[in-house]
Amino acid sequence: MHEFDWSSIPGAWPFLWDGMVISLQITITAILVGIVWGTLLALMRLSSIKPLAWFAAAYVNLFRAVPLVMVLLWFFLIVPTLLESLLGLPRGSDVRLASAITGFALFEAAYYSEIIRAGIQSVSKGQMAAASALGMTYGQSMRLVVLPQAFRNMIPLLLTQGIILFQDTSLVYVSALADFFGAAYKVGDRDGRLVELLLFAGAVYFVICFSASRIVRHYQNKMKVA
Amino acid sequence: MAYNWNWDVFLQPTATGDDTYLGWMFYGFKMTIALSLSSWLIALAVGAVVGVLRTVPNRGLSGLATAYVEVFRNIPLLVQLFLWYFVMPELLPLAWGDALKQTNPILQQFFAAMLCLALFTSARVAEQVRSGINSLPPGQKNAGLAMGFTLPQTYRFVLLPMAVRLIVPPLTSEFLNIFKNSAVCSTIGLLELAAQGRQLVDYTAQPYESFIAVTLAYLLINVVVMFGMRWLEERVRVPGYIGGK
Repeated sequence: MHEFDWSSIPGAWPFLWDGMVISLQITITAILVGIVWGTLLALMRLSSIKPLAWFAAAYVNLFRAVPLVMVLLWFFLIVPTLLESLLGLPRGSDVRLASAITGFALFEAAYYSEIIRAGIQSVSKGQMAAASALGMTYGQSMRLVVLPQAFRNMIPLLLTQGIILFQDTSLVYVSALADFFGAAYKVGDRDGRLVELLLFAGAVYFVICFSASRIVRHYQNKMKVA
Repeated sequence: MAYNWNWDVFLQPTATGDDTYLGWMFYGFKMTIALSLSSWLIALAVGAVVGVLRTVPNRGLSGLATAYVEVFRNIPLLVQLFLWYFVMPELLPLAWGDALKQTNPILQQFFAAMLCLALFTSARVAEQVRSGINSLPPGQKNAGLAMGFTLPQTYRFVLLPMAVRLIVPPLTSEFLNIFKNSAVCSTIGLLELAAQGRQLVDYTAQPYESFIAVTLAYLLINVVVMFGMRWLEERVRVPGYIGGK
């Protein structure tokens, strides 16, 4: 049986903390980009302008059919060299990390757009008709009538997706970015204490995600009554 | 942009000389399929049991099943994979751990990846099974019990036959997910599709062709699974329910 030795964790605390900050930064960036870009995609997909609807459908279906690992590898290995040759950037100007985070956000936007589309469609049609009858343009009725109601209904789902997204950030491991998991792995590898560090990382993720999902559920129950 | 497209690269013999690069891709493709399908079968079996346990009136059993689902849903897949691959052999009794470490390394990777994907997915399957059972009107269970069925018989003859048909559509997306999630297993060195794509980039210096081919392979899997499941969904659809005839 393995003899546990947890002593390398306290010393590595600042390093692990930095990793957690990076994980949270990626999460928040991707949630914000995901919601904004996802809303635009959802509106395009529901729009009557056919080319926009096709573009959004193709985008969402493509990103949802490809594994996140593949998307990250595309944006980590391929896109930077493409950008370098297209924009004539000097070689070695390191855009790989920015690229990986962009890829991550673009990927998550596809999932957000599906949630948001369902949210918009869940608002009853009479709302749109009533807004038009009051003389609002399509844009106004979407912005002032439909979207506020849709977002209110969607908040729990958007937050749950945020928790999934936070778990997904661990996959930036493939792009050599030192997020929390990457940091834990590095410390474990360096000190020969991989078992302890991996168990510790698992426990940390569990505590964060479990508490967050509890809070979301609590919020969801409170909203149901209202 | 000065890039030399060269799709013939797939037909060239590999650096090690025993295969073509297309052969490598095909090996990865087979690995992805084998890994995903074997994990899926385990996930269905375990998920069905855990899902049923979540709905039984015994608080101990349902609590245990809930804990199972929460653990597997709240730890990232990558962390679970590393736990199975690096940590599990250390925590087993010494003799078992040593025996495991002496087996073929490919088998070790496959075994860890399969266990990881299977249990990760089983928690999600369990949630679908639970919501399928809970979506049935409570009268069904009561009627079964009133007819003199025992609780296991009620599940076997009344609840499950209906629930199984209702949860086919949500299971489709879980089935699609298991193929996509299998790409995570490239991180422990398992040579499945995504890993072979990376290898091809390193060996051929034709990154675009390699990645496009791998991405198309994932799209192909996706389309095939979607059509297959749509066919199944139509066959098992319950008349009178949403989406039914």
